[in-house]
Amino acid sequence: MIARPGESRVGVEPDEAVLVDGSRIAVLGGGPAGSFFSYFLLDMAARVDVRLELDIYEPRMFAQPGPTGCNMCGGIISETLVQNLAADGVFLSGDVIQRGIDSYMLHTDVGSVRISTPNSEARIGAVHRGGGPRDVTEPRWESFDQHLLTSAHGRGANLIGSRVEHVGLTGGRPTVRVHGEEPRTYDLAVIATGVNTSILKTFEGLGIGYRRPTLTKTLIREYHLGAETIRSSLGSSMHVFLLSIPRLEFAALIPKGDYVTMCLLGEDIDNALGDAFASSPEVRAVMPPGWQPEAKSCQCIPHINIRGVEKPFANRVVFIGDSGVTRLYKDGIGAAYRTAKAAARTALFEGVSEAAFRRHFLPVCRSIRGDNRIGELAFLLTRLAQRLPILRRAILAITIDEQVHGRRPRLSSILWDMFSGSAPYGDIFARMVDPALIWRGVLALPGALGRRAKVTLPEQRTGG
Amino acid sequence: MDGSAVLGRVYADGEAVAHQGDVGDCLFVVQDGEVEIVAEHDGREVVLRSAGRNEILGEMAIFEHQPRSATIRAKGTARILTLDKRNFLRRINEDPSLAFRMIETMSHRVRLLSREVMELRERLGEAGSPVR
Repeated sequence: MIARPGESRVGVEPDEAVLVDGSRIAVLGGGPAGSFFSYFLLDMAARVDVRLELDIYEPRMFAQPGPTGCNMCGGIISETLVQNLAADGVFLSGDVIQRGIDSYMLHTDVGSVRISTPNSEARIGAVHRGGGPRDVTEPRWESFDQHLLTSAHGRGANLIGSRVEHVGLTGGRPTVRVHGEEPRTYDLAVIATGVNTSILKTFEGLGIGYRRPTLTKTLIREYHLGAETIRSSLGSSMHVFLLSIPRLEFAALIPKGDYVTMCLLGEDIDNALGDAFASSPEVRAVMPPGWQPEAKSCQCIPHINIRGVEKPFANRVVFIGDSGVTRLYKDGIGAAYRTAKAAARTALFEGVSEAAFRRHFLPVCRSIRGDNRIGELAFLLTRLAQRLPILRRAILAITIDEQVHGRRPRLSSILWDMFSGSAPYGDIFARMVDPALIWRGVLALPGALGRRAKVTLPEQRTGG
Repeated sequence: MDGSAVLGRVYADGEAVAHQGDVGDCLFVVQDGEVEIVAEHDGREVVLRSAGRNEILGEMAIFEHQPRSATIRAKGTARILTLDKRNFLRRINEDPSLAFRMIETMSHRVRLLSREVMELRERLGEAGSPVR
């Protein structure tokens, strides 16, 4: 479907919505979704000798510490995304990846267990999306979002640092206006603003069938501990917690360079829930002696997308990342990558019409949405484990058995993929209901009924 | 901050990342340092080439059901990231563009091999051996 002006192509009408030499694309938002889209579209266009004009509208300076430069996220680059980017040739150095995560520590009130990657390989990256928490004076690491934006710029994207005041459609083509300037007309508008912005409402008024996604809130806190203290306390493990605290569904401590990021999911997330979790004995046991839960460097309670958009596209308009469809609770950056690349492939090779996006972009969104529905079931089981101590004991016993005795890591791999977001929920759920695992669970239940003492396996590294 | 990698696993000088003859269930991307690709033939080792940061290795085992054709060994300390075969192929199924770079890499290697064959033939011709 690629055509150039003047070319005679069977099936390509002069006004057909395809990208040709000189086509203009507006990308609203320079976070991972916008940068991935720009990077890969321009990369693929160069491969097929099509020269595009691409403007990224992003008023924020990601390199700045504090909320002005932050995209408010736990900052985990999943195993899958790390591998995909490596295959794509996008190198993530230690200037951006603050810590390579090689294991997970699962903490419950009945004990803890470490789940390691095969060969103890660091397969997950911990980053700061912006320049770091507000008390950073001299950033030691590069902002992940800035790094991607710079990479997109390196591919030829123009960066426009002005805030977008108005988006419209004129003669079927998108227009973008920034303060004090005339509207610019584009052949394609890519919406990658995330959900923590008011501009998404504008698109509901354009008559293109867009409805904003369903949202919930998450709580993110940063604690400054210093690199050496983090190395000796949390190490290179991500610490996840299955605790029976009212309203808390999931909690994690993510070690970074000088900071530890606390990430919470739950009902009606607020400060009180954050304080209850931070003050729990399980968290205190992980953090270094003398740590003060109230001594946080930074905190935010951003919205996250939990039910994606039904129709994240229209003629010459496409919504990617959180603005459209994302994964439930996990690996939002990985979902941004998937939807961004799907949109870029569609736009370049299939066209920018609604029909092209429906045929080639929508299947990827549907796949993510369908998987999220299975994810809801998987999280129901996790919630059940939070409420039933016997289930937590059984989970711990099976996992420890797998890690110590080198048995096939059925449950360990489920926990790893569930907490890291490394596999589709459908795949995880299929393994959850595997008869062999259920049988292991049945065998572990009598022991779980009898056991009362805490069991902890912090130092085993036997593969996961 | 020196720009060094933190992802993957560190291999000591001379440590094998993969062995010739092994079943290949993954491919590798060099994150830091250098590795050499060594083939063993008639009890002798032949260093085929070296590879550095960001290079993909072991891709032949991904697309062919053949044992690994050479050993990958760290040359000095190296950091290597592993990409699982099954997951990788599944992702290529969804996103064929993921294979662009790998095809590019393989194409580059075919070009280098062709050049080497040409040079060898020229040398054999100069030495008076019949060249077909």
